[in-house]
Amino acid sequence: MKLEGSVIFEELPIEDTTSLQPIISVRNLTKIFGQDPGKALELHTSGRSKQEIYEQTGSTLALNNVSFEVMPGETFVLMGLSGSGKSTLLRCINRLIDPTEGEIRIDDEDVVGMGQEELRATRRRRLGMIFQNFALLPHKTVLDNVAFGLEIQGIPADERHKKAEEVLQMVGLGGYGASMPGELSGGMKQRVGLARALTSDPDILLMDEAFSALDPLIRRDMQDELLDLQQRLGKTIIFVTHDLDEALKLGDRIALMKDGAIVQIGTPEEILTNPENAYVEKFVADVDLTRVLSASDVMRRPEPVAQCTAGPRVALHLMEEHDIPGIFVVTRQRLLRGRVTLDDAAEAVKKGKQIADILITEIPIVAPDASLGDIISLIVESPYPVAVADDTGRLRGVISRGAILAALARKGENVDAAA
Amino acid sequence: MQLPKLPVGEAVETLVDWIENYFGWLLDSVSEGLQFLIGGFQDLLILIPPPVLILLVSVLVWFVTRRDIKLATLTAFGLLLVWDLRLWDLAMLTLALVLVSTILALAISIPLGIAAAGSDTLNAALRPALDFMQTMPSFVYLIPAVIFFGLGSVPGTIATVVFAMPPALRLTNLGIRQVPVELIEVADAFGSTPQQKLLKVQLPVALPTIMAGVNQCIMLALSMTVIASMIGAGGLGYQVLVGIQRVNIGMGFEAGLAIVIIAIILDRITQNLVPQHENR
Ligand SMILES: Nc1ncnc2c1ncn2[C@@H]1O[C@H](COP(=O)(O)OP(=O)(O)OP(=O)(O)O)[C@@H](O)[C@H]1O
Ligand SMILES: [Mg+2]
Repeated sequence: MKLEGSVIFEELPIEDTTSLQPIISVRNLTKIFGQDPGKALELHTSGRSKQEIYEQTGSTLALNNVSFEVMPGETFVLMGLSGSGKSTLLRCINRLIDPTEGEIRIDDEDVVGMGQEELRATRRRRLGMIFQNFALLPHKTVLDNVAFGLEIQGIPADERHKKAEEVLQMVGLGGYGASMPGELSGGMKQRVGLARALTSDPDILLMDEAFSALDPLIRRDMQDELLDLQQRLGKTIIFVTHDLDEALKLGDRIALMKDGAIVQIGTPEEILTNPENAYVEKFVADVDLTRVLSASDVMRRPEPVAQCTAGPRVALHLMEEHDIPGIFVVTRQRLLRGRVTLDDAAEAVKKGKQIADILITEIPIVAPDASLGDIISLIVESPYPVAVADDTGRLRGVISRGAILAALARKGENVDAAA
Repeated sequence: MQLPKLPVGEAVETLVDWIENYFGWLLDSVSEGLQFLIGGFQDLLILIPPPVLILLVSVLVWFVTRRDIKLATLTAFGLLLVWDLRLWDLAMLTLALVLVSTILALAISIPLGIAAAGSDTLNAALRPALDFMQTMPSFVYLIPAVIFFGLGSVPGTIATVVFAMPPALRLTNLGIRQVPVELIEVADAFGSTPQQKLLKVQLPVALPTIMAGVNQCIMLALSMTVIASMIGAGGLGYQVLVGIQRVNIGMGFEAGLAIVIIAIILDRITQNLVPQHENR
């Protein structure tokens, strides 16, 4: 679903973010959950591990000396296994959780040192939050849910309803203002959650596994919509997930967390190609794992494909329907012939050309039993999914970047648990 | 061998004397205030001609049950029966007693329940008191009430208030504590003050549970006003008592039937007063 409705926020020019000041900067942030954080903090400063601290004091070291900066308009993804401290870190930024030690700044404001009054003002003006399980207020209509932030700010009813209606339009829920949250599907609920966070026009959105509770298809829609929103509104987003595909798709930069610490921060490419330490390596490209896994372990079914007898119109339709930039072309016996791209197909339809005229035949092909270690760079560097074909030339599957990483991450978790 | 008897009874008597000496004025004004409230409610209820009131209550039932015409009709017939049995005035007195004691009980228990939800210390302090109050046989409440307020509808109301309070307090406390963490986070994350959080999130989300407490409070108040007839609180309960004393089964049964009818109507109204929302 595409965004529509009147533009109610000024569109920000996409600027070169490197020359700007960070909007959020976090320095040496530590959080300890438990009765006696003082004792635990001492142990922590003297270099004990999370495990040791827990055994000696019963306190949990949830965040361990975390530092990072987020630039305005950036989507910063926090990723890591369960319990690695992602939610805790996110909640420290709007002080739903009070950090034990460290510094958080939003522009020049010191969030940790704020009094209640100041903190409320910052939460109202600058920080929107979107929750995993939507967290809509069950007693309020959709419109009143969306207007909640403004209600808290004391904006009069007609004014806030007007604004809420506009934002509802924008997330594609124009006619639903009078419904109750219980009547909506999961995807619709999260649109309402998104609208609620946008209505008070904050410059920062905090999203804790915001799409994890949704069906894969709806989830993809929401991701696209978020990217679109991001383009138009230039919000700064901190996004928590443990799904690699999602992290790669949404993140300008990704921070990988382990046991409360950030083990690497980088662009998706950097993390994939230069894993900084053994943990990251295991997470994204463990050598042993890539030997263990073969192409057929990570490929998915080659759907959809275009028959070479079909016209470009059919190919175009399939690509548009599945929202993919290219499609493989096969014979009736599923022998791989090549690939056509969305742009070429559109062109061909206009000019009345045939599939054969636009077929790209020189494409990378890997064998089903090829080890991941051998093909990983090919796949990471290829802008399109790579075809897997057996020695008779029959198309068996396709591998996308996301799929390979997700498979490695799953194996990484298993290895981690066993260790 | 005989243990020397401890002067427990004497001590209590001294205490009561002392209280009456120094706080007699307070007891008197409480008594007068209650008398006025009960009388006022009763006068008001009796002032309305029975057919009008029957119609009003039936429409109310129809309305709160979202047009359950069957229940509304049954309400009308039930109340007509009470009127026909010549029990109308007594029923109105009982209703006045129930309303006054419920209002007082809720005025105390709901704020206390809210406070207990916000403070673990208060909650821990209240719990044994509530357990004690709920395990006590109901007529025991009559004794202190009689000591300080004599006989009549005032001590009856006071005993009823005390007896009907615990469930409303407990369920208010429970309802607020059960509000999902994420919803509390929503309130905080959008910058609510503690008061906004309570009024706009905690209380509305807890409302169905709180209403279950209100419902129980009314039911207990009704049962207690019947028992309180033993100390001279009038109404239908008194009629039952007289029926028992004179072994007049018919009379006791008729009054009992009227009580059941009122109980069912009050129950249905309070059960349906707020709509249930599906959570999340
Ligand atoms: N309120 C709390 N009290 C005590 N310990 C807590 C609390 N909240 C979190 N923790 C602990 O802190 C650590 C980090 O938890 P956190 O919820 O931030 O992890 P996460 O990365 O968000 O995990 P998940 O992916 O499961 O949501 C965990 O060990 C957790 O048990
Ligand atoms: Mg989490």
